[in-house]
Amino acid sequence: MKSLSEIETTSKRASRAVGFSWGIAEEVGKSIRLIELFGFAGIKNLNKYYQSRSSEKFENLNLISKNNNSNQFPYCPIMLGVSFLDQVRTLEKFNNITFNKISYPLLILPFLSRSSEIIGKKIHLKFDQDEFLLNFNVSISSNSLNLDSLISTSNVEISFLENKDNFTDLDWKSLYKLSEETFVEETDSSKKDAAGAGLTDND
Amino acid sequence: MEVKLRNPNTIMKLSRLGSFHQSKLSFLRSFLDEFKDWEYKKDLFDLDKKGHGIAIYSFKKKDRVYSLVCFANKINDEERSDRVIATKWDAAFTLHDGVPGKQDIERLRNEVPRQEVGRLSYKELTLSRANKSVRVFNHVVESLSEGNQPDLQLLEKVGYLYRTTAVYGSGKFGLADRFRIKNREEINGPFRLEMMLVYLVRQFTFDQVNHVARFRNPKVAVNLDPKICKKLGIGNSTGLGMAPFIVNHPTLLNNWIICRETALKKIREIKKVNPDEVELFKKSVKNSIKNITSWNTKNEYQQKKITSLLENVKKFLKFIEKKFSFGTDYPFNEIYLWLENETCEECIEYIVSIMMEPFDDIVKPLISQMSSEEDQYFNIPTNRTVEDLRNIIEKRYPDILRINFKKKENKKNFWFISKNKEEPRYADRFEENGSELEQPLAIARDVKKLHEQLLIYKNSLTIDKFLTENSDLRHVVRRAFIIEKFPYSEIQDNTIGEKVVPIDMLRLKLSFFGALKFDPRSDKWLRICMFQGAPLPQELKNYDPQWVYNS
Repeated sequence: MKSLSEIETTSKRASRAVGFSWGIAEEVGKSIRLIELFGFAGIKNLNKYYQSRSSEKFENLNLISKNNNSNQFPYCPIMLGVSFLDQVRTLEKFNNITFNKISYPLLILPFLSRSSEIIGKKIHLKFDQDEFLLNFNVSISSNSLNLDSLISTSNVEISFLENKDNFTDLDWKSLYKLSEETFVEETDSSKKDAAGAGLTDND
Repeated sequence: MEVKLRNPNTIMKLSRLGSFHQSKLSFLRSFLDEFKDWEYKKDLFDLDKKGHGIAIYSFKKKDRVYSLVCFANKINDEERSDRVIATKWDAAFTLHDGVPGKQDIERLRNEVPRQEVGRLSYKELTLSRANKSVRVFNHVVESLSEGNQPDLQLLEKVGYLYRTTAVYGSGKFGLADRFRIKNREEINGPFRLEMMLVYLVRQFTFDQVNHVARFRNPKVAVNLDPKICKKLGIGNSTGLGMAPFIVNHPTLLNNWIICRETALKKIREIKKVNPDEVELFKKSVKNSIKNITSWNTKNEYQQKKITSLLENVKKFLKFIEKKFSFGTDYPFNEIYLWLENETCEECIEYIVSIMMEPFDDIVKPLISQMSSEEDQYFNIPTNRTVEDLRNIIEKRYPDILRINFKKKENKKNFWFISKNKEEPRYADRFEENGSELEQPLAIARDVKKLHEQLLIYKNSLTIDKFLTENSDLRHVVRRAFIIEKFPYSEIQDNTIGEKVVPIDMLRLKLSFFGALKFDPRSDKWLRICMFQGAPLPQELKNYDPQWVYNS
């Protein structure tokens, strides 16, 4: 088994070898390490993508807008991922963002995961029938477990989820009521000794 | 009185970093302190009469066990090489997490002796190999087998029976990643398990030499006197592999240096010191003289430094004995100021290290702050502005901005990774091929370039926009935001200039390891000794904390 340290170093060096700057290569190393840790096929997708770069063309998306349409070629997932990470604080205001064509879309997952941590919001990613929920860079949930390598996908949608409860008020009240059963009724004498007791609060 | 931390722009110069010495903060000393209460055992010692076979040593506390698995092999003299390109060694070692089972041992027997081309698992923590100092080892075997102790002069001159040529950890070759073990209380300082490996290897070398001597002449042979064992350490040949490490781990470098600087600051701020503290300090300085006089090297550069160090330490001793009163307020501040005015960099840093000896209450809490969660500082704060970034660079890299990189002598060299052994190397850009594959270690040059580029852009532009057009500078943008928070994270020198002495970078790291007697064999590699004078495992429960000076 390869260690995460080996995965990071090799991904970084390979990224430099295919022409990315050292700074971008460092981002790729950290990101591939991250999705391999989360159990996704980072190395497999990165290798296939880098092998394809010699024969196919990809478009670099440096400045992301609400709706992004590549002219001819699919977007490079690395440059898209790094741009998203860099610009996430401004992108957040769009609520959702679309891309018409991305190559090896699994490779953008770690960048979105890190972005989720930066803005403190969950991020939802959807393409085809596959959905991913990126939880503050702590975990990634998905309905797709067989995504070993997806060469290209169309109509990608990314949404920023507001920080709100994913349960009803009724659920909460019911559970809270149950938790109250751990409390003990106070006696009169203990009330007298509690913090602030015996003082005037207007002093 | 508040003493300021020393200026990073002075301390982080290569000549100063290359003058650092071991101290109480050094990793091998803090390792001994942490593991002194652990149960030490020799679990297995199965060597043939030539000393080839397997041995296992362990440290245990409650449910936690660390086991050093040693494989001693036969190699021919012509196969023995300290170069990293070697493929065979006298012995190979791994530190196993727990007690290795039979299957583990068989697996390790196949993999550990192969080192870089073998595969380890998450159950192994560190990996190393070592070669005999054949001259010393054979002499010791011969002497012991005849019932005599070896020639002390020879032993002291070399200082070890074996020298390691690499110690690997943190995920290399399949070893456990740091995240698997980082929350263990006993590993709250850097390189602790690497230190454990080297320390247990030292004991293996004594046991092996006794074993071979006994087999050679069972009726007459004696064991190596434990007092002599204590005087021996483990040698190490270190090349350029270490140099990029300190550039590639800026927050870790900062934490090592800032702990040293904080210790010095707090010691200088002590208003009154008690007589015991004064005595311990003076005794350590006096006793340390023999570490200087027994420091052997044929390297002219280092010889000059040693001569100057010896002269300056003697001058310092004369000063504190004849002209200085420790009854004065803030005595260590006065001493420090005197050192700055009167002595060389090597001596200043030597005495700074010894100043820590009496002050456990200051030094010990710092040890746990010497690691770093580097990933926390990896993301670039892209909402900051060009003006912010330019201000950081102007504040934190003042001397670097004055370097003219158009001059050939300031960009003469480049760092690269060798194809045959995947090891860092350093070469002349104008004489050798490969500079197009340069590693991102020319930080000074790239920071200067970043600064020049920032001058073109509007102050209010945010970094995310700046990066869309300047991807080639991303690695130094990241570093500049790191140095804003971590002032000692960067070498404040040009690492590719004509006058760079790469071993200064090695010495910095090795001093934090706790190495003694740096012996440069060129400007690109050196030999050192570790654990020379250290207590033996059976003495750990009650040992002299100043063993470095007193042994």
